[in-house]
Amino acid sequence: MKRYVYINDDESARDLYCDNCISNRKYTLLNFIPKNLWEQFSRFMNQYFLLIACLQLWPLITPVNPASTWGPLIFIFAVSATKEAWDDYNRYLSDKKANEKEVWVVMHGIRKLVQAQDIHVGNIIWLRENDEVPCDLVLIGTSDPQGVCYIETAALDGETDLKTRVIPSACMGIDSELLHKIKGVIECPSPDKDIRRFDANLRLFPPFLDNDVCPLTIKNTILQSCYLRNTEWACGVAVYTGNETKLGMCRGIPEPKLTAMDAMIDKLTGAIFVFQIVVVIVLGIAGNVWKDTEARKQWYVKYPEESPWFELLIIPLRFELLCSIMIPISIKVSLDLVKSLYAKFIDWDNEMIDQETGTPSHATNTAISEDLGQVEYILTDKTGTLTENKMIFRRCCINGVFYGNDSGDALKDVELHNAVSSRSPDVIHFLTVMAICNTVIPMKTKTGDIFYKAQSQDEDALVHAAARLHMVFVNKNANILEIKFNGSTIQYEVLETLEFTSDRKRMSVVVKDCQNGKILLLTKGADEAILPIACPGQQTRAFFEAVEQYSQLGLRTLCLAWRQLKEDEYEEWSLLFKEANSTLVDREWRIAEVCQRLEHDLEILGVTAIEDRLQDGVPETIEALRKAGINFWMLTGDKKNTAIQIALSCNFISPEPKGQLLLIDGKTEDEVRQSLERVLLTMRITTSEPKDVAFVVDGWALEIALKYYRKAFTELAILSRTAICCRVTPSQKAQLVELLKSCDYRTLAIGDGGNDVRMIQQADIGVGISGREGLQAARAADYSIGKFRFLKRLILVHGRYSYNRTAFLSQYSFYKSLLICFIQIFFSFISGVSGTSLFNSLSLMAYNVFYTSIPVLVSVLDKDLSEETVMQHPQILFYCQAGRLLNPSTFAGWFGRSLFHAIVVFVISIHAYAYEKSEMEEVSMVALSGCIWLQAFVVTLETNSFTILQCIAIWGNLASFYFINWIFSAIPSSGMYTIMFRLCRQPSYWTTVFLIVAAGMGPILALKYFRYTYRPSKINILQQAERLGGPILSLGSIEPQPRPILEKEVSPLSITQPKNRNPVYEPLLSDSPNTRRSFGSGAPFDFFQTQSRLSSSYSRNKDN
Amino acid sequence: MMSSNTASSSAAVAGSADSAAPRRNSKKPKYSRFTQQELPACKPILTPRWVISAFLLVSVVFIPIGVVSLFASRDVVEIVDRYDNDCIPDNTTDKVNYIQTPGDKSCNRNITVPKRMKQPIFVYYQLDNFYQNHRRYVKSRSDAQLRDNSSASDTSSCKPEDMYNGKIIVPCGLIAWSLFNDTYSFSRNSSQLNVNKKDISWKSDREHKFGSDVYPLNFQANGTVIGGASLNSSIPLSQQEDLIVWMRTAALPTFRKLYGKIEVDLEPNDVISVTLQNNYNTYSFNGKKKLVLSTTSWLGGKNDFLGIAYLTVGGLCFFLALVFTLVYLVKPRRLGDPSYLSWNRNPGGR
Repeated sequence: MKRYVYINDDESARDLYCDNCISNRKYTLLNFIPKNLWEQFSRFMNQYFLLIACLQLWPLITPVNPASTWGPLIFIFAVSATKEAWDDYNRYLSDKKANEKEVWVVMHGIRKLVQAQDIHVGNIIWLRENDEVPCDLVLIGTSDPQGVCYIETAALDGETDLKTRVIPSACMGIDSELLHKIKGVIECPSPDKDIRRFDANLRLFPPFLDNDVCPLTIKNTILQSCYLRNTEWACGVAVYTGNETKLGMCRGIPEPKLTAMDAMIDKLTGAIFVFQIVVVIVLGIAGNVWKDTEARKQWYVKYPEESPWFELLIIPLRFELLCSIMIPISIKVSLDLVKSLYAKFIDWDNEMIDQETGTPSHATNTAISEDLGQVEYILTDKTGTLTENKMIFRRCCINGVFYGNDSGDALKDVELHNAVSSRSPDVIHFLTVMAICNTVIPMKTKTGDIFYKAQSQDEDALVHAAARLHMVFVNKNANILEIKFNGSTIQYEVLETLEFTSDRKRMSVVVKDCQNGKILLLTKGADEAILPIACPGQQTRAFFEAVEQYSQLGLRTLCLAWRQLKEDEYEEWSLLFKEANSTLVDREWRIAEVCQRLEHDLEILGVTAIEDRLQDGVPETIEALRKAGINFWMLTGDKKNTAIQIALSCNFISPEPKGQLLLIDGKTEDEVRQSLERVLLTMRITTSEPKDVAFVVDGWALEIALKYYRKAFTELAILSRTAICCRVTPSQKAQLVELLKSCDYRTLAIGDGGNDVRMIQQADIGVGISGREGLQAARAADYSIGKFRFLKRLILVHGRYSYNRTAFLSQYSFYKSLLICFIQIFFSFISGVSGTSLFNSLSLMAYNVFYTSIPVLVSVLDKDLSEETVMQHPQILFYCQAGRLLNPSTFAGWFGRSLFHAIVVFVISIHAYAYEKSEMEEVSMVALSGCIWLQAFVVTLETNSFTILQCIAIWGNLASFYFINWIFSAIPSSGMYTIMFRLCRQPSYWTTVFLIVAAGMGPILALKYFRYTYRPSKINILQQAERLGGPILSLGSIEPQPRPILEKEVSPLSITQPKNRNPVYEPLLSDSPNTRRSFGSGAPFDFFQTQSRLSSSYSRNKDN
Repeated sequence: MMSSNTASSSAAVAGSADSAAPRRNSKKPKYSRFTQQELPACKPILTPRWVISAFLLVSVVFIPIGVVSLFASRDVVEIVDRYDNDCIPDNTTDKVNYIQTPGDKSCNRNITVPKRMKQPIFVYYQLDNFYQNHRRYVKSRSDAQLRDNSSASDTSSCKPEDMYNGKIIVPCGLIAWSLFNDTYSFSRNSSQLNVNKKDISWKSDREHKFGSDVYPLNFQANGTVIGGASLNSSIPLSQQEDLIVWMRTAALPTFRKLYGKIEVDLEPNDVISVTLQNNYNTYSFNGKKKLVLSTTSWLGGKNDFLGIAYLTVGGLCFFLALVFTLVYLVKPRRLGDPSYLSWNRNPGGR
């Protein structure tokens, strides 16, 4: 489990660990074909098609030329294999570039330029400024005398700010020349993929003294793919190389996500398969019976008296082949094609470009656009997702005195400025903590301005605010911090940094005042992490109140505290801390424990309040999506009150009396259980009441609830449309997603930061906001958008259209395959159940791959309703959510249609072309023409909007059908020679075709018209309204409809509702959410009041 | 993964080198109506007026066509004479045995012409319950062999009628082997009616499908099991028109094949006596044999189906148009009425 890296030992490690040759390739030249084929054939559909194709090689049973299956099959395989090969070739090229990059490596004591792939574990590597790091290194030296270097980790975690890395203490002060000869051993764990941890030890060998073990952390490493910045040079020991680097280990192929629609299509395919088997068995038996009773008498068929043992199987197998086209081979290709086009439409959408940064939306996962239209739950992060994550310091409370309460901006509060200039010690301390208790790096531009590189937006806000209050953090030189206060420079030496973790919820620094040598502990953190560890004598009530008051306003609060440390106390603790830092097992936990020993008896200095403004359009987006029947859960790491305030201000929940918040809390199992039961009870009662009920749970209670009362909590999750989960950890976010997914809900998780990554990956659809917290979430997500408000368009426009289009496309694909298959089956009844194919191989192949695929592909441009209408009536999304357009019953409709059309085509062709005209090729071509004509009309009837492309595709396809067949009719060696010319000259051909069209389409048009006019769906009504133009605007204002109507309509439903929803954990397929949905739209009066109060306070803030 | 890394890093480098503005522009997708899904589109909806007029139009077009085709079909004079049973001597019990034993099987039939038949009069033979579309049968042929002398040995698809005693059969296969071999000769008022057997097959078949250098070889050489007609081995296949007609397999178990053409007009009440050789075995599978004399129209032979179907469809469309109109008048329904757009109802009401 451990690896020992011997520094600069050229021999030993060479064979033990792999070299630095990066390989991202899936294939090699040799294994490409077998491996790729194996991968493709691991899918059921492909196995099926291969089986069919193989059976067709047996001439005794094949009804058509094997080429009719092999052709498309090989084509499909070739397409996906070429795509894979191309991707792999590109990976190979980029690998090659990385591998052949030259880097300076110490070999036998001399620095040499070596190709990156020849680096071995234990080599010392020299990097210069702006070099890319070729493998994972442990730093041993930098150009900086303090041993600091700066790296950019954008490629690793997407964070664009610079991070500092330091050399281990043991290597401090070694001359750069001596670094060539350094020897030692690094004891480090086996390669893993945690890019935030590196728990290792370093021991240098004599003569490099210091025989002590020196602990190493991630701070001492620079990982592959990072860039060295602002540092002249750095050198390090390679510890992980090649594919064993942290980055290499992180690399994994994410599980492909399957949409609900894909699952449904698979299910339907399965049903068709079963149907096919039944048909085959029935016809196979019938065929054998007919053979034995009738065909033996048909002397011209010359059945042999004696038959081989497999004779009985031959007819069923023939029918299997004949029916194999029931499952369309083209559906997979068509779907892949249209799906990638959906994704492209998202990428291209001009209205989803973030104008501020110019970032367009991007669909990383091209396969799941339909799922967007079926979302039932949205789990959203708060900070940076709903809010802008642009932190602005607004208010503070220093030692009980509130600043900024009047103006809404503490920085403009004269009293605070007065306090600063009068050097009130409390205020000075407060500002000092603000300025230096952080991990911010000040940078000087060429013009001398200072700007800050901060990992946390809060810290950034605090440092900026401190600077505005004349406490300017000027410079950070290794461990020395420089602060300018009113012209005088104060220096602090940082002794230790006790880092922020989400468990500790606070961070501290231990600094030494360089002037008087006092050692100070400066701490900042969440109120519940700081206030309990205040020194016993201090009154914390004022701070509690301040926190309360600020979070009521939706502000983020931090408590600042400090304590002076005694020299010996620090020394003693420092040893413990060092020890904890060098443990290999449970280091994080040990450190937290040690930190706790120091962080006590703090003197609370005050509370800061930072504002994080809501993003534009968030309330509108949430309202629209809630009207669309989507349930919202807010998962945040923030405090309860802050979360609730933000929730109120963005329409997430309604205030009393319309809305009701139910609290689940408790510290022990029992308390949580009681509170859970209470909430559940209320929830059950109120489901029948028109009330907007939401529950609030915090991380601690959630953990208990999920652990012990999962069932009850699941029920609660189903009952509640809205939930606020505060103080939750990233893994809890993922657990909640998991919980909702386990109830068969379609979940969408949206977030912007690294803490949302797990939730995003877990959810059916992950949406990342490419925001200020880096691109980590956006990278992990299926879709990345610039602003939260684009979610509305993403779901209502792109998701909905994708769903509708795929629903049509997939069912149509089955319809056309079934159509031709039914005709074949009918034909078998008049051909002695012997498995003759009516159509020739060429027609069959072209039918599936060409004639019927092109027109339907342009249905990706179809829009049933215009974007504006959908935006005005988000409720229409219901049809997609509930899967109304693709389910067994709609499929049954298409199945019936194909059966009906098959009967029409078959009956008309064999009767019109009877007796002397019943020539095989001619009848077959008449029937095929009938099918093609019907296809054109079916697509026309099902298309809602015709663009020029659709017209070209539909009618051009029909023309090309004739064109292609004329070409084949002109080739003397083809079986179809002259057939099409003959037919086109016959009036009876044209009359037959038109008869087929009229008889086939008449009933369908009549039925559709009847439904459309007398049993219209909401979609139809909106279509009509849209078309008639006028009333659409008055329709759009459906929300301000007089309330009595709403109430009247709601009341009868609400009685029946609990029945629908309560007992079973049913997905939202039932129509139940409507009651409450209507109330979400009919906004109560007092709600507006609250909102206006809130917004006025916000606008006041904005004014400043 | 790696490629994305390099891509992002190169983008980062480019970003730092360039100013922010051009990068913003380059990232923006190019605007076009297609990419924005804003192509101008026509959105027809099913308004009552549109649907009713469509149905009316169909009925207005279809009913006349139906009438015309029905008249065309009725104009055709067709004489069908089933002879398979009547041409067996009355005392025969085993019809199959009778037909299979060689001997003179000639038979005389008299047909009365009901109406004036204008020339050309097509002579067909009609077989019922004969599965020319049976899979074993329909596949048992070799197009290459028929077309070209050089591929005479290409008989693999012809099983079980491909070889005789190791010698290639030309034309091979079950279809050719079972060639129809009843013959007819016609006389009117004891004067011979000439049956033109020239050009009864498709011209394209004679020229391209059946080679002029392919001669029958070992055909029906198997003395014990004789299928149908034998062929004169000195005449090339391209001139064996009966074979060419027969080889155009029928898609239905009831079919007619052209036997020849009578190129004189027949007057009403003419009695035509047919002398036929009843050779072909349809008795073992209860198939019927019929002799058909028929004139033709622009739609082909006598077939009422199209006419009746057109009338039916046209009538139904008219009926539907009428019903929809009535419903529309009795119970008018405003399209896009917002009062139907209450979201509180069951949205799936359809």
